[in-house]
Amino acid sequence: MFRFVLRRLVVAAVTLAVISLVTFGLFFAVPSSPAKVMCGKNCTTEDIAQVEQRLGIDQPLPRQYADFVKGVFVGRTYGSGDFRQDCPAPCLGYSFRNNQPVTEIITQRLPVTLSIVFGGAVLWLALGISLGMVSALRRGTVFDRAAIGITLAGASMQVYFFGLVLLYLLVYATGLLPFPSYTPLTENPARWAVGLLLPWMTLGFLNSALYARLSRAQMLETLSEDFVRTARAKGLSTRQVHTRHALRAAITPIVTIAGLDIGTSLGGTFITETIFGLQGLGKATVEAVQFLNLPVVMATVLLAAVFIVVANIVVDVLYAVIDPRVRLN
Amino acid sequence: MVKLPASRSGEGPYLRVKDLRVRFDTEDGVVRAVDGVSFSVERGRTLGIVGESGSGKSVTSLAILGLHNAKRATISGEISVGGRQLVGLPEEEVRRLRGRDMAMIFQDPLSALHPYYTVGRQIAEAYRVHHPRAGRREARGRAVEMLGRVGIPQPGKRFDQYPHEFSGGMRQRAMIAMALVNDPDLLIADEPTTALDVTVQAQILDLLEDLQQEFQSAIILITHDLGVVSQVADDVLVMYGGRAVEHGSVEQVLRRPQHPYTWGLLSSVPSLHGDADADLVPIKGNPPSLINLPSGCAFHPRCRYADRNGDRSRTDVPELRQVVERGHLVACHLPEAARQRIYRDEIAQVGVAR
Ligand SMILES: Nc1ncnc2c1ncn2[C@@H]1O[C@H](COP(=O)(O)OP(=O)(O)O)[C@@H](O)[C@H]1O
Ligand code: SF4
Ligand SMILES: [Mg+2]
Repeated sequence: MFRFVLRRLVVAAVTLAVISLVTFGLFFAVPSSPAKVMCGKNCTTEDIAQVEQRLGIDQPLPRQYADFVKGVFVGRTYGSGDFRQDCPAPCLGYSFRNNQPVTEIITQRLPVTLSIVFGGAVLWLALGISLGMVSALRRGTVFDRAAIGITLAGASMQVYFFGLVLLYLLVYATGLLPFPSYTPLTENPARWAVGLLLPWMTLGFLNSALYARLSRAQMLETLSEDFVRTARAKGLSTRQVHTRHALRAAITPIVTIAGLDIGTSLGGTFITETIFGLQGLGKATVEAVQFLNLPVVMATVLLAAVFIVVANIVVDVLYAVIDPRVRLN
Repeated sequence: MVKLPASRSGEGPYLRVKDLRVRFDTEDGVVRAVDGVSFSVERGRTLGIVGESGSGKSVTSLAILGLHNAKRATISGEISVGGRQLVGLPEEEVRRLRGRDMAMIFQDPLSALHPYYTVGRQIAEAYRVHHPRAGRREARGRAVEMLGRVGIPQPGKRFDQYPHEFSGGMRQRAMIAMALVNDPDLLIADEPTTALDVTVQAQILDLLEDLQQEFQSAIILITHDLGVVSQVADDVLVMYGGRAVEHGSVEQVLRRPQHPYTWGLLSSVPSLHGDADADLVPIKGNPPSLINLPSGCAFHPRCRYADRNGDRSRTDVPELRQVVERGHLVACHLPEAARQRIYRDEIAQVGVAR
């Protein structure tokens, strides 16, 4: 187990290095100078050169990349003289837009996305899995058909449509909920929850549709397994057969998919954040790309990659814990 | 505790099945998987049910345990286990008999055991369902005892292993331990050795025989392998297309078979007829669809004697009737004399089932 995790961490580090290189390369393939953008319309060539020097983008590419990596692990210094700026590790640079340290941007934005995703995930997993399991057990009944219909609608709906409908119904039309906003959990848990209810409901409903369909299919398949028949042949009650034997087996692949989904979402839920005006990672990423704000793009892309890589490792370890047939070495 | 065989205790057969019919209404049509089958098994005796795949053997055994989905299967007839009539009994009451009075062993022990639970835990669970007052330790002790009883070395250690850590033969032994943990009076083994290689197969059959000596249970052994039947069964029921076509003692059915289908089945088992070059005719064609069973004798499209009875083989379903000896039942329109002549001229001299 330990060796497995170690090996996976090495692979993860390599993956992250490659992703950072590719992002770096792609960014500079874009034929536009961030210095020009920052400097504005009336800049002379010298002004631009000065800005470039201050940003550290006057150096050759390999050097810039090396500086970036160095900054992450040991910190670095930007510019010189009056413009000298020390950036302690983990240094992700400064925003090209407003010179804010990127680490600060991340620490501001991450909790927003974390809150949206984890709250939504609790809702979509609870709702989706229970709906799917119950409709599998009541296959062919009115309940099952209704559930299939609802989840089909949910699965084919888009976040921006459904989110806006909820927003209209619950905020503008009835005023049942305030317009979504982010209050840190530590500051006021109730406000935190109320402010995020709409994004949770949006993600919860849409994703639960997928999970309901998945759970239903998984459960139906498990119910036709031989070991379920064995459980019944032992004389177990239907309830015991379903919970102890069928559910246990049906849930395993769902855990995997849920882990990966959550990992992916943590990189940012751009559409949800945008609709509800929440300043999360997704919005930060897209805005940074629009402004050719390399340090922020690098940081958010890498962070998203870290989440995905970590989610993969967690899921593999979890799988080995759940399924004794999987041996990690 | 040694139970007296039924013959001595005077109770009659432990299991009695009369005119059992199982029907599935599917999108493709009505599947008559079992169509009027009757048999009985006494304690301490073994009934072998044979037939090609798709002849309704498994459906029969699942019906006895009440494992068919009540919404999809329609069951009629009588199934009496230890004097209780099971057809129409509420699910809850059948459930209480399952695993306690009647138990089952399946063909593929790997898929029949839960992959996420240890073998021991699954056996202990089977014990505790029917002994609700038994604690964990007692159940564990009982499971370890059973694992040892079915010949699994180091049962205490094996208890904590998962099915995938067992070999195929050991897994089937574990299944047997699970089936016998509550000392059932009826054991149904559905192709218990089909998934195993030949040596292991023989060991498992020996084990079943030993255990039967000890527990005096009634056993139904389902198989498509006549060699297996000849080794362990006392009586044989041959099924074709969901119906019984020949029924009698092993002696009668395997050594003096009287039904053309049984003749064909025997020809495909080299170990059972002496001369390998002998000209027994194997069965041509495929088993029939149970949705659209051939009219009359379901075997007629494949039977080389179908023309010898005028049109009757195609129009009338032959009934099981006694032939030659007491208790030997055959469902075939061939006139007695004709059958004797064919048997004498074409079948007997190749030494069927010596
Ligand atoms: N639940 C079911 N629904 C529909 N048809 C079934 C069902 N179970 C079995 N059958 C059909 O019944 C027939 C007999 O099956 P089975 O008893 O499993 O044969 P076997 O003799 O090989 O054990 C087969 O044609 C099978 O397709
Ligand atoms: S009844 Fe006719 S078709 Fe059927 S087995 Fe006998 S001879 Fe063959
Ligand atoms: Mg079968």
